[in-house]
Amino acid sequence: MMRIPCILCGERDESEFTCGGTAHLVRPPLEASDREWAEYLFFRDNPKGVHLERWRHSYGCGQWFNIERHSVTHEISSVYAVTEPPPR
Amino acid sequence: MSGSRLAPPFGTRIERSRPISFLFNGHVLAGLQGDTLASALLANGVRLVGRSFKLHRPRGIFSCGIEEPTGIVDLIDGSHRTPNVRATLAELHDGLAAQSVNCWPGVAFDVGSVNGWLAPLLPAGFYYKTFKWPTWRLFEPAVRRMAGLGRASLAADSDRYEEVSAQVDVLVIGGGIAGLCAATAAAEGGARTTLLCAGPVPGGTLGWRGDPAIAAKIAKAARAGVTIMTRTLAFGVYDHNLVCATEQLAGTATLPGALRERLWKFRARSIVSAQGATERPMIFPGNDRPGVMLAGAADKYAHAYGVACGRRVVIAANGDSAYRIAGSLRAVGMEVLAVLDRRPNSHIGAHAEGVRSLAHTAIGRVIGSSSVRGCIAVAADGHSTPPERLNCDLILSAGGYAPAVHLHSQAGGRLRWVKEASMFVPDGFAPGLVSVGACAGVFPQAIVAEHAEEVGRALALGFTVPAAPVGGLGRSLASSRLGTARGKQFIDLQNDVAVSDVGLAALENYRSVEHLKRYTTTGMATDQGKTSNVDALVLLGELTRREPAEVGTTKYRPPFAPVSFGALVGRRVGSLYRPLKRLAAVDWHAARGALFEHFGNWHRPAAYPLAGESLHDAAQREARSVRRSVGLFDGSPLGKIELWGPDAAQFLDLMYVGTMSTLAAGQARYGLLLNEHGVVVDDGIVARLGEGHFWVNTTSAGVERTAAAFEEWLQCEFTALKVLVTPVTSRFGNVTVCGPKAWEAMAAVGFDAALAPNSMRHMTIRESAFGALPLRVLRASFTGELSYEINLPVEQTGEMLERLWPAVTGRGGCVYGIEALEILRTEKGYIHVGTDTDGTTLPGDIGFARALDGKRANFVGRRSLLRPAARDPQRLQLVALAPADGRTLLPTGAQVADGVPPTRAEGHVTSSYWSPELEAPVALAMLARGSERLGARICVQHLGRRIDAVVVKAPFVDPLGERLHG
Repeated sequence: MMRIPCILCGERDESEFTCGGTAHLVRPPLEASDREWAEYLFFRDNPKGVHLERWRHSYGCGQWFNIERHSVTHEISSVYAVTEPPPR
Repeated sequence: MSGSRLAPPFGTRIERSRPISFLFNGHVLAGLQGDTLASALLANGVRLVGRSFKLHRPRGIFSCGIEEPTGIVDLIDGSHRTPNVRATLAELHDGLAAQSVNCWPGVAFDVGSVNGWLAPLLPAGFYYKTFKWPTWRLFEPAVRRMAGLGRASLAADSDRYEEVSAQVDVLVIGGGIAGLCAATAAAEGGARTTLLCAGPVPGGTLGWRGDPAIAAKIAKAARAGVTIMTRTLAFGVYDHNLVCATEQLAGTATLPGALRERLWKFRARSIVSAQGATERPMIFPGNDRPGVMLAGAADKYAHAYGVACGRRVVIAANGDSAYRIAGSLRAVGMEVLAVLDRRPNSHIGAHAEGVRSLAHTAIGRVIGSSSVRGCIAVAADGHSTPPERLNCDLILSAGGYAPAVHLHSQAGGRLRWVKEASMFVPDGFAPGLVSVGACAGVFPQAIVAEHAEEVGRALALGFTVPAAPVGGLGRSLASSRLGTARGKQFIDLQNDVAVSDVGLAALENYRSVEHLKRYTTTGMATDQGKTSNVDALVLLGELTRREPAEVGTTKYRPPFAPVSFGALVGRRVGSLYRPLKRLAAVDWHAARGALFEHFGNWHRPAAYPLAGESLHDAAQREARSVRRSVGLFDGSPLGKIELWGPDAAQFLDLMYVGTMSTLAAGQARYGLLLNEHGVVVDDGIVARLGEGHFWVNTTSAGVERTAAAFEEWLQCEFTALKVLVTPVTSRFGNVTVCGPKAWEAMAAVGFDAALAPNSMRHMTIRESAFGALPLRVLRASFTGELSYEINLPVEQTGEMLERLWPAVTGRGGCVYGIEALEILRTEKGYIHVGTDTDGTTLPGDIGFARALDGKRANFVGRRSLLRPAARDPQRLQLVALAPADGRTLLPTGAQVADGVPPTRAEGHVTSSYWSPELEAPVALAMLARGSERLGARICVQHLGRRIDAVVVKAPFVDPLGERLHG
C-alpha cells in the first residue's frame, strides 16, 4: 500500500484514494472515427517506468489530481493539478 | 523412544518447577512451562508426529523454529480447531490438545501410507500425466482426500481480531543480537524505534544459549527507548515501507471471545531486517525419517529446552558449522558417534575435539521407518571405502546456512551468490530496507554487533549506511545430493518433492527456477520452502550444468509465514462486514409490522404482512390498495444530489441523455445516465429549482457512483464549468403518497392547496411547507399512479408518516414496501436499472433511441452509441412478456430460447410478478430484436421446463397514462 501525496491534504495512505488511470487522455469530439474513439476508450500504454496518472482523494477532500509515479519502484516524483501540463 | 530431559543447567527457556499436562492424539503427556509443543513431544520421546502431504510417509519434528516443514499438528482447544500449526512455534499450555495430520485411522497405522508404494504413479506433475484415463475427474476426489494436511474447523471462530496502524522512524525486524544492536543505536540516535521479535522473548541464539551479555543488551535497548514487541511476526514488506505483522495475544490458552491476534501495519521511514538464517538440510536417502533433523535444532532443543533429541548422534555435514555443533552436543552429554562430512579433507576448515570425523563420506541409507535406528555410512563417491553401519538414534543435518533474505527480496532488493559459503545474500540494500546479521550474510558475533550498531546509528542520523561485511561462516559445499544412492532423497519435506522430481523437471526442460517450482511444487507448501529452496535450485543447477547464481531464486513474496484469515479480516465480520444503512423512521416501520430485507446497503421494509399473511400476499394487497385508493411509502434511500452554479444546466446536458437546460424552474424531467461506453448506469429525475439550482434524484444504489461521476467529469474533463455538487441523500427524508386518493389524503392533513393536482402538474417540483416544516414536493411516479414525493428534513420522516397514516388508512389505503413497488412498476413497464439492464444495455435497447435525436451536446457516452456494435439489429431490447396460458409466472432470470438446450439463447426474463390488477402474470425481458417482435410467440426455458410466452405491448396497466394525472 503506497503513500500518496494529495495535492490539498498531503501524504495519506493509498486506501483513502481512488485511482483514475492514465492522465492527460484527450476526449475526442463526436466526429472522431471509430478507431480514434476506441483508442481513447481502450488503448493504454503500460510503461515499465514513469507513468502519469489521475488519483482522487475519495475518503478525504474529494479532489482529483495527477501524479508522476514509477511503475516499478512506486516512487512518486511529481504531484500537479489536473489542469496543469505534464511535468518536463 | 529416545528423547529425554537433560539435567540442569541446560534448559534456559523452561521452568522445571511448573509442569504442564497436555494431550497428543488422546494421550496425556507432561511438559514444562516454557516448552513448545515440539520440545515437549521430543522430551516425551515422541518421534512420529504426522503423515506427509502426498506419500503419507511418517514424519517428525525437523527444526526448532518457523522453518518447520513436517512437525505439523491440528490444535483443538475447546470449540476451536486450528489446523496446520507448527509444533515448533506452539507454546505449551495446560490442556493443550494436539492431533496428527493427514492420517487415518491413526498416525502409527495409516491406511494412506499405501501411497508410498504408489509413489511411481505420483511423480512431479503427476496430475498432468497419470490418472488421465478415462478421466482425471474419476480419480480427483480420492486423490484430493488422500492429499493435504490438517482439517479446518467448520464452526465459526469465536475469537476476536483487530488491526492497528503505527508510524515509526526505524522498524527493526528480529530480536537477536543484530536486531537489538541496530535498534539500540537507532533509538540512541533519536529515532522512534520499534523492534519486532517473533518469539516470546528477545535475545535470539545468544539468548537461548544463556549468554549473560544478552540480558544487558535487552536492558540497554529498553533504556534507549526501543519499543520491544514480542510474539510479533513481520510477514510482509509492501510498497512505500509498509510492514505488516501479526501479534499473537494468546500465546497460552484462549478464552472464547478473547482477542487472539492483532494485525499491525507499520509505516516505517527505515526498515532493518535482522531475521537470521535457516540451516540447510543435507540430502540423502531417507532424510525425511523421524529422527533426522537440522543440527542447529538439536543444539537448541538441548540448550533452550533441556531436551536431548537422541542419545547417539551422527551428523551429516558439508559445512564447518557441523563441528561447532558436535562440540556443543558433547558438552551437554550427548554421544556424537561421527561427523560424516561430504567434503574431501582439503575442504574441511574445522574440527571437533574428541569426535570421530570421516571426510568424503555420506549417509547411504537410514535404518528405521518411523524412527531412526541407525544408518549406513558410505564413501561420497560410492566405492572408495566400504560401507559402515552406525547404530545412532539421531541423525543431524548440517548443510550450511541460508540467510533469510525474504524481506530484502520482498522490498525489491537483489541477491548475490557467495560461492565459498554456498549462500545467497543481499546484493546491497533494498529500497528502504537494510539487512544486518546472519540475514545479511554476516556471521561472527562481534562483527554482527558492530555492523548493526553502525547501521542503526546511520539510519537515525541520516549518515551513509555501511555495507555488510559478509562472511564468517567458513566453507560449505553447494552440492549435497548423493548421486549414487538408492531410495528417496527429499528436497521439500512438506510437499514430498524428492531429488527424482527435480531430476524429472530438468529432464523435461523445466530449466527456469519459476517453472521448477510450479512443476514440482517445491517451495509451495505452508513453509514456503524455507529449508528447501536453496537445495532445489542448487540441484537444478547441477542437473542443467549451471552455477546457482545463474539459476537464481524464485521471487520472494509475502507472506513470509502463514497468516490466519482472522488476522487479515480483523473486525470486518458479522454486522460489520458490510454495515447496513437504516431508515430514520425505522421504528415507525417496525411498529407497522415491517418485514425488513437488505436492498443494496439498505435495511428496508420489503412489505408489511398482517397476521398470517405471507410476503407475497402482503405485497399483492399493498399493490392493490395503491391502485384502488392510496399508499404510503418511505422512499428516503432514493439518491438525492443538489447542483448549484451558473453552468449547472449545461453540465447536466453533458451528463444525461435528455436535455435538462430547457427545463423551466419548477419543471422536472426523466434522465438516463450513461458511462463513456454508452452503457446505462443510472436513471432518475432532474428537477430545476432555480436558474442555477437543480435537484437530482438517482437510484438508491447508484447515488454514490453518480456523485463520484459528476465530480470526476467536472474536475477532470469539463473543467471550465462552474458547478457545485452536493450529495444530500442523508439530509432529506422522502415520504411518498401514491394512488388515486393521494391528494385527498394529503389535503385532509393540511397540505398547501397549491399542491393539488389541478394546480401542480405531473413532473413538477414545488418548494412548500407543512406548518414550519420546509418541503420540496415532487410530482413524479414510479407506479403509474398520482404520486407526491415529499422531501423533508430527514429526522421528521417518522413524524410525517405518522401524520399521514390515519388519512391514508381512513381511505382504505396502507403503507407499502419494496415488493409492492416492484409489482407496480413492472405493471407499468418501468425499468429498474441494474435489474432489467446490465453492463451491455444501451439507451436504444430500452426504448430511448429517439431521445438522442434532438440533442446537440456531446454528452457522456454519446459517441459510443454510434459504434457499429451499438447499431447491431440483433441487440437485446426491452419487451413486455405474458405467458401464453395467462397463468404461469415466468421465472426471473430464465432464458428465452427455441429448441432443446444446449441452444443459443435469444434473451432472458428480467422482472416477473403476479399482477393483482390484471390477476395474471406480467414480465419484462431483454430479447434479441425485441422492438420488432410484438405479438411473437417465444419459449422461456427454466430448469428443463418450457413455458410459452407472447411479446405484448407495455405498459400492462393504464396504457394511456391517465392515472398519472389523478
